Amino acid sequence: MATKLWFYSGIAALILLTAGSLFAPLLAPYDPLRQNLEQDLMRYSNDHPLGTDKLGRDILSRTLHGGRISLLVGIATVALSLSIGLIIGSLSGYFGGWLDHLLMRLVDILMAFPGLLLAIALTAVLGPGLDHVILALCLIGWTGYARLVRGEILSLRARDFVQAAHALGCRPRRIIGRHLLPNLLPPLMIQATFGLAAAIVAEGSLSFLGLGVEPPTPSWGSMLNDGRQFLLVAPHLTTYPGLALMLTVLALNVVGDTLQDRLRSRTP
Amino acid sequence: MKRFLLQRLLLFLPTLLGAVSLVFVLIHLIPGDPVEVMLGETASAADKEALRRSLGFDRPLAAQYRAFLVNLASGDLGRSLYEPAGVGEIIRSRLPATLQLALCAMIAALVISFPLATLAAIRRGGWIDRAALTFSLLGLSLPNFWLGPLLMIVFSIELGWTPVSGRGGFDHLVLPAITLGLGMSAILVRILRASLLQVIDQDYVQTARAKGLPEKQIWLKHVLRNASLSVVTIMSLQFGGLLAGSLITETIFSWPGIGRLTVQAIQTRDYPLVQGCVLVIAISYVVINFATDLLYKLIDPRVSYGD
Repeated sequence: MATKLWFYSGIAALILLTAGSLFAPLLAPYDPLRQNLEQDLMRYSNDHPLGTDKLGRDILSRTLHGGRISLLVGIATVALSLSIGLIIGSLSGYFGGWLDHLLMRLVDILMAFPGLLLAIALTAVLGPGLDHVILALCLIGWTGYARLVRGEILSLRARDFVQAAHALGCRPRRIIGRHLLPNLLPPLMIQATFGLAAAIVAEGSLSFLGLGVEPPTPSWGSMLNDGRQFLLVAPHLTTYPGLALMLTVLALNVVGDTLQDRLRSRTP
Repeated sequence: MKRFLLQRLLLFLPTLLGAVSLVFVLIHLIPGDPVEVMLGETASAADKEALRRSLGFDRPLAAQYRAFLVNLASGDLGRSLYEPAGVGEIIRSRLPATLQLALCAMIAALVISFPLATLAAIRRGGWIDRAALTFSLLGLSLPNFWLGPLLMIVFSIELGWTPVSGRGGFDHLVLPAITLGLGMSAILVRILRASLLQVIDQDYVQTARAKGLPEKQIWLKHVLRNASLSVVTIMSLQFGGLLAGSLITETIFSWPGIGRLTVQAIQTRDYPLVQGCVLVIAISYVVINFATDLLYKLIDPRVSYGD
């Protein structure tokens, strides 16, 4: 019962946060870039329910718009990483042999590198920007999916329905596409849920270090970085973007956890 | 054991070479002329040429790679653009601070997770179990770049219990260690609880209980000792992650370690220093992973990795 409550709360939070980000231009009371130096570092007012930052920009509007960046980076990173991981893991698991060895050593090498460090180093070299952040996060992000897909394919390959398809003369592309992929979807979706949470945190980390989106575009990480300088006088600058980020990651983790438990209990 | 060692070494060496090569490639990915990016457009042609020669950029890529590996093998990490000391020397001076912080973060993680996971396993399904799992979920969802400022606001600014930033006595260490260690403690609670629950059901625990051994002794001698195996692996693997995570925590608390040094080097575009820092963290990470493999085999001889 408690698990169900957590799960549905997680789903509800995700729907709310996604809707808030998607419809930010309609929901936000102000343009997130509009400056008003006469109203800088305000805490709360009727005009600005969450206050304003050092340039008098509305925190509520910036938090809503910041979510768009986090979700965009998260979804793009997961979609790209999952596609690359799916192709490489399928090739590796289905064909085996030297190709499997080669691809898995590449995965080993990349996984031996701390992911966040490589992302920081790469964005430091390439310069800030959304495309660089997504590229940096995908560089290692695909390896987890590749390993998962390979493992699943190795176990599925020995099952009767795949052997039967093989005996009937199905081509590898058809076997992978029609028989293996549908069975891979549940574990992949769970991994993608955790991957989305990890990508959102990583984007926040990069933006916090000034390596993510370029100012003045708001993102939760860059808002936290801006607010850090005013902790003594305006702690609210870090409270709301941090809370939004934490709630998103928490909701994703809760949903991922519950789905994983359900899949585990169904697996014989 | 010999075969196991050889097998792991055969995997370790290409991984290490791969990680080192990746760091070498990084500096060559700078768009445009890397020397101009480092010195700025206004630098004189003579200065640019001198830096190009000193970094070896005037030589073919293969020769640069060879020189990079030879220098690395002899411990030479190059020279910083702005500081007279060599990159290796600068990193060595910052390393103790990072190691101190990472070790304290590990201790903080252990202090939090061990009692919590043990109580959760003893009272399985009870409120403390649910609280432990909730803590774990929250700990995994709290990014350290938010947790750090949050702790700072509460304990340094509002309550005045700890210093805001910098390195000094024990009180300087508390907040950075918790910020860095909380994620690890969240993982440890999960792993240790699952491990304890698995061990509780084992035959030897049932036997110990059947022969009338006191519950305290069963937990200390049989359950906790065997469940700790998984903790050793996770802690070793997470230690590498702590080094990477130190970039953010050290920046928040102005902790003078390698993490902050890396971020400062990125901000000043001191790429040889960035390269050196990334290299040291990456090599530490790979070596720690390798050592964990060996350690695990030593602790638990059943580990085979298919050999």
